[in-house]
Amino acid sequence: MNELIDHIKARFPIYDVIESQPGQIFVSLEASKLIPMITSLKTNHGFTVLVIFTAVDWIEDDKFQITYVLNNPKEKQDLGIRVFIHRDDATMESIHHLWKHAATFQRELKEMFGIDFPGSPGVDDPFLLEGWDNIPPMRRDFDTKKYSEETYFPRPGRETNDPATFMKQTLYPDD
Amino acid sequence: MFPEADEQGMPVLDLDSQKYIKIWQGPNHPGVTGNMSLELTISGDEIMHAKTHVGYLHRGFEKLFERRRYIQCFPTCIRMCVPEPDINEYNLARGTELLAGIDVPPMADWIRMLVLEMARLQVLLRMVPGQAGTIGLGLGAQWGLYYRELILDRFEELTGGRIYHMYILPGGVRGLLPDGFKDRLEDNLKKVESFMKDIDRLIYSNAVFKKRTKGIGIIPNDWIEPYGITGPVARAAGYQTDIRLDYPYLFYNQLEFDYNLEHESDVFARFRVRRKDVDTTVDLLRQIMAKMPDKGDFKAETPNVLHWKVPKGETIVRCESSRGEYTFYMVADGSMYPRRINLRGPSYTHAVAVLEKLLINANISDVSPIMVSLATCPPEIER
Repeated sequence: MNELIDHIKARFPIYDVIESQPGQIFVSLEASKLIPMITSLKTNHGFTVLVIFTAVDWIEDDKFQITYVLNNPKEKQDLGIRVFIHRDDATMESIHHLWKHAATFQRELKEMFGIDFPGSPGVDDPFLLEGWDNIPPMRRDFDTKKYSEETYFPRPGRETNDPATFMKQTLYPDD
Repeated sequence: MFPEADEQGMPVLDLDSQKYIKIWQGPNHPGVTGNMSLELTISGDEIMHAKTHVGYLHRGFEKLFERRRYIQCFPTCIRMCVPEPDINEYNLARGTELLAGIDVPPMADWIRMLVLEMARLQVLLRMVPGQAGTIGLGLGAQWGLYYRELILDRFEELTGGRIYHMYILPGGVRGLLPDGFKDRLEDNLKKVESFMKDIDRLIYSNAVFKKRTKGIGIIPNDWIEPYGITGPVARAAGYQTDIRLDYPYLFYNQLEFDYNLEHESDVFARFRVRRKDVDTTVDLLRQIMAKMPDKGDFKAETPNVLHWKVPKGETIVRCESSRGEYTFYMVADGSMYPRRINLRGPSYTHAVAVLEKLLINANISDVSPIMVSLATCPPEIER
């Protein structure tokens, strides 16, 4: 695995190389270099399986981390590649030409994080949410509680009590 | 060429030409697994185009994880797969342990392995006899449910719950096996073995079943890696994959078993692989009971779970479920709450990319057997 990392390091500007488990390494890379590197890993180094393709919202740094975990089934190795893109301009190159099921992941990321993958088949089709008109729900600034309070009205006849006051009144009404 | 294709190779399906009809199979349909639906464009009884629609079960689990402490994620994560919840518990517990650097006592790992194999057996007891229900042979499914209940009895005895157990926790498990548990489980395994002989006669020797399942839904070998196909579906195409053997976790490297392979890659081959999986699981359960220690520490010391700050890091954890590779990607940011937990289950590709492609030119009556042979499970797509 270390030989592979040295080999990649000579060709691509990877940084933050971390071995999280034996046979499992995570590296970071500039977003513009992703497609050449991932193509090279697939065609020359046997990383033929795409296991994980997801995003993490680092809202405090104003960035999205997109993680691609590739697997080499012959050598039993996993390589996680992290790329960081700005939240305001969330666009990433598509990898649907490399893996057939990548289009499904990209469709979900477009819907859930608002990350666009131009050219990916059906990327604008709704995946889980039809008629969604709010900010993408997996972004950390999407407030689920506020959304449900605004969207779903409480049924009439139900009242809300503060737990501490309510229990005090129920248990010790004379105090 | 029928139907005609456009420049991008997509079929041109003009519904006004009266050659095609669009019908929906699901979300409420006896032949559909779970809450998903298929939008089928058919000509006669041949499928021209298929599109999977999911979203009927979306409960935002991955979003909820971000607002919950690690221990609070357990009651949520098990609901991501109703028939086999223990794989979620194991992956989440193992991921937390890896991020926090906790070593689990050997006894806990043996019990975890026992629980995971019991979970596999109970789901196979529902799946293997039930698969013939898709072509109208529903008897096996009814028989199978009884034998599944026997395994659920053991779960109830061990964990207190029948379906959702929450038995595997970060650091270990919640307790040791009760007295006489192994004998009662062995008794159940004998009954299961004798029942599987009935299933062989009822289903696998049935001429109608063979005629309906052989030669349909063939997945070519060169689809496996580009589509990310895993588990029994890949093994039915002769592709050697089993996370228990490829990336041994727990003590699977101390057990003796092999890949259950078939080569025809049709619906019957996938059903055959699952049938062999039942025998393997029964055998593994016996090996585990014979090799596991009787007593020992079953839980490592962990910090107070309500104030547990897991160090910053990321990891992936995978295990073999009854349907294929089940992977968690976990990112911790050093706080008490996980930054991101992402699940990638086998259905994510099987039910969307693979199924949409596999159904083209299939007969409409073969939709259910093909779908069930892929063991699609919508909750793990929607999370």
